[in-house]
Amino acid sequence: MTRKRRRLYIVIVAMALLGSAAGLILMSFEDSLVFFYSPSDLVEKPVPAGRTFRLGGLVEEGSYKKDGVLITFKVTDLAESVSVQYRGLVPDLFREGQGVVTEGQFDDNGIFIADNVLAKHDENYMPPEVAESLKKAGNWQGTGEKK
Amino acid sequence: MTAEIGQFSLIIAFVVSVIQGTIPLVGAARGNQAQMQLGTSAAFVQFMAITISFGALITAYVGSDFSILNVVNNSHSLKPMLYKITGVWGNHEGSLLLWGWILALFGFAVALFGRNLPLSLKARVLAIQGLIGVGFLLFILVTSNPFERISPAPFDGQGLNPLLQDPGLAFHPPFLYLGYVGLSVTFSFAIAALIEGKVDPAWARWVRPWTLIAWGFLTLGIALGSWWAYYELGWGGWWFWDPVENSSFMPWLIATALLHSAIVVEKRDALKNWTILLAIMAFSFSLLGTFLVRSGVLNSVHAFASDPTRGAYVMGFLVLVIGGSLTLYAIRAPGMKGGGLFAPISREGSLVLNNLLLSIAAATVLLGTLYPIFLDAVSGAKVSVGGPYFNTTFLPIVIPLIIALAVGPLLPWKRADLKGVLSRLKMAMFLVLVVVGMTWWLSEDAPVLAFVGMGLFTWLVTGILVEWAARIKLFRTSLSNSWKRFVNLPRSAHGMTVAHLGVAMLVLGITVNEAWQSENLSVMNPGETVTVGGYDFTFNGIEEMRGPNYDILRGSFKVQKGGNFVVDLSPETRTYQQPPMQTTEAAIWPMLSADLYVVIGEQDGKGGYAVRIYHKPLISWIWIGALVMFFGGGLSLSDRRFRIGAAARKKVSLQKPVKTAGA
Repeated sequence: MTRKRRRLYIVIVAMALLGSAAGLILMSFEDSLVFFYSPSDLVEKPVPAGRTFRLGGLVEEGSYKKDGVLITFKVTDLAESVSVQYRGLVPDLFREGQGVVTEGQFDDNGIFIADNVLAKHDENYMPPEVAESLKKAGNWQGTGEKK
Repeated sequence: MTAEIGQFSLIIAFVVSVIQGTIPLVGAARGNQAQMQLGTSAAFVQFMAITISFGALITAYVGSDFSILNVVNNSHSLKPMLYKITGVWGNHEGSLLLWGWILALFGFAVALFGRNLPLSLKARVLAIQGLIGVGFLLFILVTSNPFERISPAPFDGQGLNPLLQDPGLAFHPPFLYLGYVGLSVTFSFAIAALIEGKVDPAWARWVRPWTLIAWGFLTLGIALGSWWAYYELGWGGWWFWDPVENSSFMPWLIATALLHSAIVVEKRDALKNWTILLAIMAFSFSLLGTFLVRSGVLNSVHAFASDPTRGAYVMGFLVLVIGGSLTLYAIRAPGMKGGGLFAPISREGSLVLNNLLLSIAAATVLLGTLYPIFLDAVSGAKVSVGGPYFNTTFLPIVIPLIIALAVGPLLPWKRADLKGVLSRLKMAMFLVLVVVGMTWWLSEDAPVLAFVGMGLFTWLVTGILVEWAARIKLFRTSLSNSWKRFVNLPRSAHGMTVAHLGVAMLVLGITVNEAWQSENLSVMNPGETVTVGGYDFTFNGIEEMRGPNYDILRGSFKVQKGGNFVVDLSPETRTYQQPPMQTTEAAIWPMLSADLYVVIGEQDGKGGYAVRIYHKPLISWIWIGALVMFFGGGLSLSDRRFRIGAAARKKVSLQKPVKTAGA
């Protein structure tokens, strides 16, 4: 086996592997990208039921109710709001009026069924997506920004 | 006073690193001995200076010196002593100082243990270490000074994020940094070799211990981080494909590839250019990880600060280091001809496959990690790439890697007979069928990946044992003879076997846990019992207590199996005063067969509490597997042939007589 042929083999194998990796990536990008929307985004561009995305905003004052382990609340950007249902334990810093990011899908009744309510890491932390969507909705007061 | 001492020695360290980064390099080019030897003393002085500086910061934290801004922001007088100390690196400035200290530590270690290195190579390696030090120390001094004063000094500090007040996390950053920064040594060796234009088996033997050290600590650091996330965050998961996790995982993948390709350079004098490239890439990924985590591009518990000047600096440094080293590579690499030729089916061939798969795995992780940042920059759309992407791209790459892992060590160098090797694996194929069949019989509706995982595990373990048995001629000769062979086998061979077994344990732990874990989520009233995974969990009620700097709400659970007492578990919710914050403390009973995991949530207002209980079979094998891999690396490192500094070039052109191996 000459050096050239060996190199050729390696290049061919590498190309084949890279090609299949690229194929896998393209295939999985189709359905595994999770977009982030604010309640106002959803009014502008409705998302069909069953499609997974992230919904973020503030937990609307007075909307948080629990029935056993079934939790319901509304996510708002102070312009629009969306009802959310979640089965599970809410993260430590979940509170009305605080920022929240949830991941899940709409059901057929337009209720957002969250698989996940993302934990925040500290009291003053505001998810940047939420901060931005509040700014867009014109309701940013500059509170809660990370120090 | 401590702050001034710390600041001053940091400046000294910077000046020394400038000297270390330039003069020995010039000396090596001119063949000036004295200038080359300066590198060794400079590395020593730099290490001492940063040690003093780091010590000063620790002193400030221990003594709660609230005239220093960094201490005010991250400490509190009521914090337990352990967390006062670990709080030093629980923030941006302090963690960078730790980075710098470990960098200097490695430079110092090269200076100390590299006595047998040719002087010019040693001078160049130390000079590159020095230049990296220049970049980092300047970064600390200009943008992230940990010794900045605050006036007037406040009465007390703001405290450390309670999530970080945890023994697991106390040691996660130092180990991870030992890994990240350890890769700087292999990087420096690679750049030095490019400057010298010479890579030979002796070079590979010198680099190998450093790669092993970095790889081992990286393994340990990642495992500790995963373990922390598992028990501290209370979500029951152990890996989230979080961008921050990914940025430590990518250097690990490349370092693993490097570890294997360096063997080919060492034994067969081939794959030189590729190995150099991997060494450059491994450290580049370390820097990229540091950039991603520290710049605030990603938001997570790790993103301490989002100061744009810092991000810009690290970005510039990154471009300089990666761009510069790749340019040097482009100029010099074509001149380096490989030696040994080999057929595609051979040990070398299998190691090439290992390298290709690991690099492509790293590339897919990189793409998944950076894509959201690109998309945000280009179109402003916010996306996240999570588990599904990585499962569909990463698994198809890792599965062939593990299949090949059982075959590779059985192949001889240069040219192999695949049929012969596969016939030695007949036993493995048979056992795979048996195990998959049994899995199907016991658990028909398990996911497909469960069967794949069980098959892979069986294949890998049998393959490893077949190879190991062949080496010591188990059952082919008398047992005492086999024992003699076992004892005489080089430690690096045992190290490989052990590390590969660690991979197998990891595969088993992941598979079984993902496929057969069970959970229960319900509101429990005192006296109620819930059965999960065959264990009965009885809720006995709640008590309120006080911890050192927090209030505790503690639930108490009695766990029984078939009427026999197993353990009492007490999950907690803690409320910290400074900073005001709540954390959930899961109660975990780890056993070899399964972990029992209980989290307590909010009250429902009628005396009940929301409770989540998991039964996680074999999950501890994930971390035990990682530990075993670390141990295998250590075993390999202890091989006398690779003892740091023990190796010497065959055709020696040193003035001094060379010490023999094992000296």
